[in-house]
Amino acid sequence: MHLHTVWFVIVSIFWIGFFVLEGFDFGVGMLHTIVGRTDDERKLALSTIGPWWDGNEVWLIVAGAGMFAAFPGWYATMFSALYLALLLVLVSLMARGVAFEFKDKSEDLRWRATWRWAMTIGCLLIPLLLGIGLGDLLNGLPINSSHEFTGNFFDLLTPYGLWTGLTLLALCLLHGATFLKLRTTDLVRERARAVARPLGWAAIAFVVGWVVWTRSVAGGPDVPQPVEILAVLAAIFAARLAMTDHDGPAFASSAVAIAATIGSVFIDLYPNVMVSSTSAAYNLTVNNSASGNYALTVMTVVAVIFFPLVLIYQGWSFHVFRGRLKSPAQADRPVAGQPAAPPA
Amino acid sequence: MTNDLARWQFATTSIYHFLFVPVTIGLAFLVALLQTAWYRNQGVGGPELKRVTRFFGTLLLINVAIGVVTGLVQEFEFGMNWSAYSRFVGDVFGGPLAMEGLAAFFLESTFLGLWIFGWDRLPKRVHLACIWLVAGGAMLSAMFILAANSWMQHPVGYVLNRHGQPELNNVWALFTNPTFLWGYVHVILASLVTGSLVMLAISAWYLRKQHETQAFHRTAVLSVLVLLPAIMVQMFVGNKLGEIENTYQPVKIAAAEAQWENCQPCSFSAFQIGGGNNDQTPTQVILIPHLLSILATGTWSGAVIGLNQLQKEDVAKYGPGNYIPDVFIQYWSMRVMAYLGSLIALLALWGAWLVHRGTLDRSKWFLRASLAAVVTPFVMNTAGWLLTENGRQPWIVQGLMKTINANSPSVTSTDIWISLIAFVGIYVALGAADLILMLRYARKGLDPDEGGPDESSPGTQTATPALSY
Repeated sequence: MHLHTVWFVIVSIFWIGFFVLEGFDFGVGMLHTIVGRTDDERKLALSTIGPWWDGNEVWLIVAGAGMFAAFPGWYATMFSALYLALLLVLVSLMARGVAFEFKDKSEDLRWRATWRWAMTIGCLLIPLLLGIGLGDLLNGLPINSSHEFTGNFFDLLTPYGLWTGLTLLALCLLHGATFLKLRTTDLVRERARAVARPLGWAAIAFVVGWVVWTRSVAGGPDVPQPVEILAVLAAIFAARLAMTDHDGPAFASSAVAIAATIGSVFIDLYPNVMVSSTSAAYNLTVNNSASGNYALTVMTVVAVIFFPLVLIYQGWSFHVFRGRLKSPAQADRPVAGQPAAPPA
Repeated sequence: MTNDLARWQFATTSIYHFLFVPVTIGLAFLVALLQTAWYRNQGVGGPELKRVTRFFGTLLLINVAIGVVTGLVQEFEFGMNWSAYSRFVGDVFGGPLAMEGLAAFFLESTFLGLWIFGWDRLPKRVHLACIWLVAGGAMLSAMFILAANSWMQHPVGYVLNRHGQPELNNVWALFTNPTFLWGYVHVILASLVTGSLVMLAISAWYLRKQHETQAFHRTAVLSVLVLLPAIMVQMFVGNKLGEIENTYQPVKIAAAEAQWENCQPCSFSAFQIGGGNNDQTPTQVILIPHLLSILATGTWSGAVIGLNQLQKEDVAKYGPGNYIPDVFIQYWSMRVMAYLGSLIALLALWGAWLVHRGTLDRSKWFLRASLAAVVTPFVMNTAGWLLTENGRQPWIVQGLMKTINANSPSVTSTDIWISLIAFVGIYVALGAADLILMLRYARKGLDPDEGGPDESSPGTQTATPALSY
């Protein structure tokens, strides 16, 4: 396998890892006002992601930096093309980060409501916008012969891109609900279960629609590909299991649903990395946007050394804080040994 | 216009980012030292050491959080505003950035989470290791980004491919680049100076208020003990970095001295009145003979080539154009850094003498001076980057690509205006919030509560770690 392809796979894995891990953070952020009715309950809901969300966000950084290093042409065209969308993503990331801290710093009700909204909207916009961007890679954007984007912000809002964004949004919501169920008890957990029902149906509908649409956008065979079938099945499993007490399998299923969806975007994309709607001749491909062989070799060695290490210590951090968080009224210590270890 | 706006945006966001980065690197190291002292010293003075560790740990977190989000902006900005640059240099420049993410950011953020929430969860030894890994991760990330930046100052380890683009052919060259080696040490020492001055100022504030004097006396002593060697070595390293830059980027150093004509030996002007690119004969005040020769070449009577000749040489080499950066910025950023650095060295010596006499906690004037000194590292750090980055102009990569050709062709002035306003607005708000939070935490003093902030007790948390968690 050529090193371009290896790096295309690595970059895809970074994006998948980002959505699987940060996906539940977004879901929890969007749902925290729904599963938590009091300040303490909302705080508990956000505490479920406390030790992890910053580390999860690093997956986005390495996805971007990995593209910069391995596919400078792709990174340059994509980031400048998605300019205003990425600006909104950055603003949302900052608003969300600040909200984490500020929401409890005053007793004023309007102050608290403001930061709750900042959290909720930030967590909603990021997967939606990044989803639109990823959908556009496959759908195609106006790109000229020198690989420059020639459109404007509204050209980014392609119907297929929007649908991809909404699909990811629905999956993140379901993923957040299964995660909350896994990490909480009693009332908060029951509310997560209740909200998982409509979210589950929505996720299934969006994923099925997305698979059908992708078949026509991506070209190739009309039959859904194995990964797409996996995405649909996992969404169905997640929605069904979220109604039961099998919290671990439900969470694992929603993780697989997200992973398979992002994965199939990249599988359908290959060997292109950005499709030009102006002319197929202007497509960016793994070949014409990649770094030289030496640089790719160096980066491969770095990835082979450090990536497994990252997986080990990030996995360990998930293991350390695996217990369920009790609702505030009952206890202030998690129960040790609860069967609740989210996979890394 | 678009190019200027993109430059303004990069300057604004990166200077802002670098207000927080050195605090993070320096404080992480100091907090790790404090926790080590607590770990090894649990019998005597244990609880109090734990409390100051957690107190400064909280201040660290506030800065880490802002450092992280503003750093993310920097990474996106290369692609968003500087796509031509990214496309041209990604083969070489992208590598260190990706290594930074894989080797350093994951380490820093994961172990920070473990450290914050792990006080009661992890064995003490493991928990201590977590903060050291955070401190190491912070220093490691600076290493990769400095290697990337140094390549822009002095490109090494590449060949030009058939499209005329630089392609990496020797990765070790990036990490043995003299500009990198000295620049990296310079930045790490600057971070230690920054961190220790912040810790010293806060300790001084409490010592003046007579609050928890025992604990804050210890942190004041610790910060002086870190500050003194850091600033002393820094004077030497800064000087050495000047020599290196004079070798590879002579225009940068000649501009920093407003040296228009060749000279040998060269005097150093302490101040000048007037000056700048349109005034080659400013009134120079206090000329110190031979000092510029020593600073720029390391010899008593070394020659420094003036800007006028360097301009002619560059025109011969690269074609018509203006190859002289803004001399006013160069001249003053150099002096601001050097003069403030010398003042801080005096402060450190004074502090060390008081530590030796055992009266540091009672010296009213030293404590006052320490409090005032907290502004200086931020001014010096900014001046240092202005000197480095402005001095490279008109190049974005010295000798390979000009800044004017580096911005994104597809991004309009309107786009950049929108993002510039958004970033400035948010950064001002973040800065204000950071200041309020820092002051609030600093004023609140040590947390009497012994229990660690625990993810499982949201209702009772008072000192929930800031911003990111």
